[in-house]
Amino acid sequence: MAEKLRFRDPELAKSIAQKIREVAPKDETVKICHVCGTHEWTITHYGLRSLLPQNVEVIAGPGCPVCIVPAAEIDEAVQLAQKGVVVTCFGDVLRVPGSQMSLLDAKATGADVRVVYGVADAVEMAAREQDKEFAFFAVGFETTAPSTAVEALGKPPENFSFLVSHRLIPPAMELLLGVGDLQIDGFIAPGHVSAIIGLKPYELFPRVYRMPTVVAGFEPIDVLMGIYMLLKQRAEGAARLENEYTRIVKWEGNPKALEMMDRAFAVTGGNWRGIGRLPDSALKLREELVAYDAREKFGVHVKQGKDILLGCECHLVIIGKIKPDECPMFMKACTPAKPVGACMVSSEGTCRVWATTATRSTR
Amino acid sequence: MRIDGSKAQVDFGEGVLREVNVTLVEAKVGDYVLVHAGYAIQTVDEKDALETLALWKEILAAGEK
Repeated sequence: MAEKLRFRDPELAKSIAQKIREVAPKDETVKICHVCGTHEWTITHYGLRSLLPQNVEVIAGPGCPVCIVPAAEIDEAVQLAQKGVVVTCFGDVLRVPGSQMSLLDAKATGADVRVVYGVADAVEMAAREQDKEFAFFAVGFETTAPSTAVEALGKPPENFSFLVSHRLIPPAMELLLGVGDLQIDGFIAPGHVSAIIGLKPYELFPRVYRMPTVVAGFEPIDVLMGIYMLLKQRAEGAARLENEYTRIVKWEGNPKALEMMDRAFAVTGGNWRGIGRLPDSALKLREELVAYDAREKFGVHVKQGKDILLGCECHLVIIGKIKPDECPMFMKACTPAKPVGACMVSSEGTCRVWATTATRSTR
Repeated sequence: MRIDGSKAQVDFGEGVLREVNVTLVEAKVGDYVLVHAGYAIQTVDEKDALETLALWKEILAAGEK
């Protein structure tokens, strides 16, 4: 497929960039916001900002699922590990700071913390080692939640439970519109979240907020095309919901995944690191699956944690208020090798993406 | 490559094979799937992808005339 599909074609990219220049406003600034760590990666890795006119700005919203896990939930995972439960998690989660320590710190002091590729691997481990208790730290947006649902509904072994920290993207996008001085002119909606939820949850952005919204894929051509579609809407004075990523995203999303998510989880309010509490933005296991809820099973409930360390500006980076290099710690006290804030830990964090792929000319 | 109940052998390109859970999609052997953390979350519409690219090229070319 790759040789036929040229979603990285430099010639095509150049002509889209030309179109963008034609349709972009001449004098006012336009601010486009995406909410996905992978979009940020594509944009900085391929230097797409350098192809845009000076007055077209692309900012990164809360699109890194690992970065927005509040310290209180890291603390819960650490407590589980300290109680002798084997905590399994994605690799990115290991170094995310909790109030006192990260899971990696817990591991260093003797706790059994294991990185898995996906929840299935964790379930398999639990089935193999029945003398131990296992918990899977279920972090992620709508892209990841269905896999947790599959395993939760699939009668996991008795020594297995879930520490559910899933979050939902549309409520976070709605929050950004309420941040007065952010003044976003258009949304690039995340492609792989949309593969699951479809287009319908974004309907309110054009309808209620008059906000042009385009679901885009992750190749450079996808992102450029998404920006072009947004600017075109703006030039026309329109606010529509459009889908650039038709090869993956359907109107209805993935009905099977949505149905399983609905059977496994109830929607509830949740805390987001650097943002605070958002209503209807988190998932928790339904009553019938409470036997698999690690918080209940082991009595681990942390209400409040220490999300942002002194001097760290993750809370401003997460909502796109500042760019990573506007944080005084960026690449000084806070580096990929020794991260201070969550945005530098995860490969999807804006700071980490900038630290590893951006150059002066592409920021 | 091969589907056995909820598990499938998926070719990640250049012969890299891995077992993937396909509970969430209606995939058959030969389909392209989008895989996230060991789970196929959507099938990829190859025809649509080709048409999209062709369409964009057309739109862009039309604008230049």
